Amino acid sequence: MDAMTASHDAAQALQDEVQQAIAQRQPLRIRGSDSKRHLGRPVEGIEIDARLHRGIVTYDPTELVVTVRTGTPLNELEAALEANGQMLPCEPPHFGPNATVGGMMATGLSGPRRPWVGSVRDFVLGTRIITGEGKHLRFGGEVMKNVAGYDLSRLLAGSFGCLGLITEVSFKVLPKPRTSASLQLELDPSRALIKLAEWERQAIPLAGACHDGRALYIRLEGGEGSVAAARDRIGGDALPATFWTNLREHRLEFFADPRPLWRLSLPNHTPVLDLPGTVLMDWAGAQRWLKSDMDAAALRHRIEQLGGHATCFTPDNEREPFHPLAPALLKYQRQLKQQMDPHGLFNPGRLYAEL
Amino acid sequence: MAWKRPGPPAQKQQDRYLAMNILYDERVDGVLPKIDKASLIKALEAALPGVQVLHEREDLKPYECDGLSAYRTTPMAVVLPSTVEQVQTLMRLCYERNVPVVARGAGTGLSGGALPLEQGVLLVMAKFNRILEIDPDARRARVQPGVRNLAISQAANPYGLYYAPDPSSQIACSIGGNVAENAGGVHCLKYGLTVHNILKVEIVTMEGERLTLGSEALDSPGFDLLALFTGSEGLLGVVIEVTVKLLPKPQTAKVLMASFDDIEKAGRAVADIIAAGIIPGGLEMMDNLSIRAAEDFIHAGYPVDAQAILLCELDGVESDVHADCDCVREVLARAGATEIRLARDEAERQKFWAGRKNAFPAVGRISPDYYCMDGTIPRRALPGVLKGIEALSERYGLRVANVFHAGDGNMHPLILFDANQPGELERAEALGGKILDLCVEVGGSITGEHGVGREKINSMCTQFKPDELTLFHAVKKVFDAKGLLNPGKNVPTLHRCAEFGGMHIHHGKLPFPELERF
Repeated sequence: MDAMTASHDAAQALQDEVQQAIAQRQPLRIRGSDSKRHLGRPVEGIEIDARLHRGIVTYDPTELVVTVRTGTPLNELEAALEANGQMLPCEPPHFGPNATVGGMMATGLSGPRRPWVGSVRDFVLGTRIITGEGKHLRFGGEVMKNVAGYDLSRLLAGSFGCLGLITEVSFKVLPKPRTSASLQLELDPSRALIKLAEWERQAIPLAGACHDGRALYIRLEGGEGSVAAARDRIGGDALPATFWTNLREHRLEFFADPRPLWRLSLPNHTPVLDLPGTVLMDWAGAQRWLKSDMDAAALRHRIEQLGGHATCFTPDNEREPFHPLAPALLKYQRQLKQQMDPHGLFNPGRLYAEL
Repeated sequence: MAWKRPGPPAQKQQDRYLAMNILYDERVDGVLPKIDKASLIKALEAALPGVQVLHEREDLKPYECDGLSAYRTTPMAVVLPSTVEQVQTLMRLCYERNVPVVARGAGTGLSGGALPLEQGVLLVMAKFNRILEIDPDARRARVQPGVRNLAISQAANPYGLYYAPDPSSQIACSIGGNVAENAGGVHCLKYGLTVHNILKVEIVTMEGERLTLGSEALDSPGFDLLALFTGSEGLLGVVIEVTVKLLPKPQTAKVLMASFDDIEKAGRAVADIIAAGIIPGGLEMMDNLSIRAAEDFIHAGYPVDAQAILLCELDGVESDVHADCDCVREVLARAGATEIRLARDEAERQKFWAGRKNAFPAVGRISPDYYCMDGTIPRRALPGVLKGIEALSERYGLRVANVFHAGDGNMHPLILFDANQPGELERAEALGGKILDLCVEVGGSITGEHGVGREKINSMCTQFKPDELTLFHAVKKVFDAKGLLNPGKNVPTLHRCAEFGGMHIHHGKLPFPELERF
């Protein structure tokens, strides 16, 4: 199928579909390759497939900006950047061979490098969306600094498609690091957290820090000199670089455990937590994966006390995927949904039943 | 820049920027509620015992403008609370009585974002000036909104940490205002804007509700209201607390200064540095007029005959910085630099920067007044935009000095004028508007870091279509359905755009044809 392999502008067709949905008051389930369909609550609605709208619109490596249609396979975007020695610094997970840029943007998930360089939303410069009124609008742009109007572009990162159909995104990209080294150290989790806090303040060029209960896994990125010096200082054994891809894609042995998978987002420097189940620390402890049968409400209460929140990656009737919002916050989030999607068309209920 | 706006604006002319004033105009900006001053003051004093409420003419004087001092409005009252509860009480009272509120931090903003309203309360957050907590192990600081930007870095300094965004007003500007404006600085390309360097803000809404946006963790559930709120120019809520990220101070920083006999060559050199895979901590460009003004003022050792200079700062770990310096040096030489100098020591590095950081006041010495613009462009458009500015400068008969955050495409053209010459201020503003039109034409933005405020309210009509502005107004309603918080700023009404568009007829067609004219 030609349209699936080449650059193709299907914005008009998507806009027609949205306008038809408005006319018929028919909710839509926005989809790409469905690689991240397991995240969030199930959505009932007519499928609208963003994958026909694909291709890189502009890419000028010396501007450090790429503009891409959201149906574009993430692999294709990453290959184009790679060919110019650049990358998406937030290292988004794919969770499937055909993951799209739209899914990356809508879920807003970032990989192991996130604490040191930023998240998907941090690299968003501009977007085009088809709105709840069926208009195709543009916000932000292709420049690094732009404070005209409200920042709707970054708001859309991680919105799970609930505020509009994102058709195009401009991202800031960066050169790939000149040198990278991956290491493995035998350290218990508590000592590892203390060491990490110490290294962070000493500007060790960290770009990955994970602990699986047995060992600490470190990635260093930067110039030759800084990476070599840090490697000498930290010691440990060499680790294959594929470790980080396996971590990002949930392909490590830890993820094979049949118990429900939780993502705990925690403040920096949160100590090791005594929770029933097994834990894999990522982001130097700011993101922890938990395999546990623990009661959802009890777990969420505990994590909230620590200033964090818990997302369930294997939701069911007893486990809402996203952490409940404080009532005042939920009120404003509902009002935002109502203003941007007045007919309740886009992925209703994917984030919360009320949105 | 102590000068008054001379006379009423010129009558309608061909040039729409000359014709449209930016002061609040109820005919195009929306009718504001009428307020009885005496009864409001009485109610404020009753609800806020012990809180400073200013309402005498001479007490209000210091608050009648922010950094955009050409525009002044005396507020009905100024309130200076010192607790969150007082802010909530004030907001509830104003919400119930339909009184517009404008929040103000240090008042250093350059776009009139804190310009008061005659029929409104100015909420001054200056008493919220405490650093609440510095956690060096978690690398974050929790501060009140009136804390100065630089004070955060000073407080973090003993731990080897600092707060990265550094707007040029950092010794005076406050963090609450930084959040409202999404403030930048000279290190944005590498270290990001305010939005990239904060974790959490506590706000009070127009209805007096307290909300937490973001968290101490790196993300939070639901829509990213922290991203939406940052840069919302005080239209969505009042900041009452900010939690910022702190970074380890770079081990070392080196500055290279390169001279060029042609500004286009300097522009290409910037692209070449990026193409070599290097992200400098700072990358600044100045044109000949700015170089001469700065040299005359600071004696930084700048080459006064150069058509352009580039200042390239490389920071990080010692060995990497050395390697990067060698690489950049080579790139600059290949790009045709006529001279390349590495600051020999910290003193010379500071001197190189002093020239750039004082470029605005330096220009202020060679002209009675100047007007600073803030457009951004894709870097590749630089030569064309500079030519366009030169042509406009000739057409309006005003000199323009160009200072440019070259790394991130943020231009600061400085328009030189004399406010005592009748019509020059208006000409300077019109020329500024045209420069912003040029930025939008090449795919850029009317403001990179100073904000829209009142200053660029007309230019918003160039950058956004009516449907886009309509969605912005919808977002405003989420937080402030009555439109009482900082009304008239950031997003123009469609009526204003219709009037503004009416001055500029494109191919015989009026923009916004669906709107009523008056």
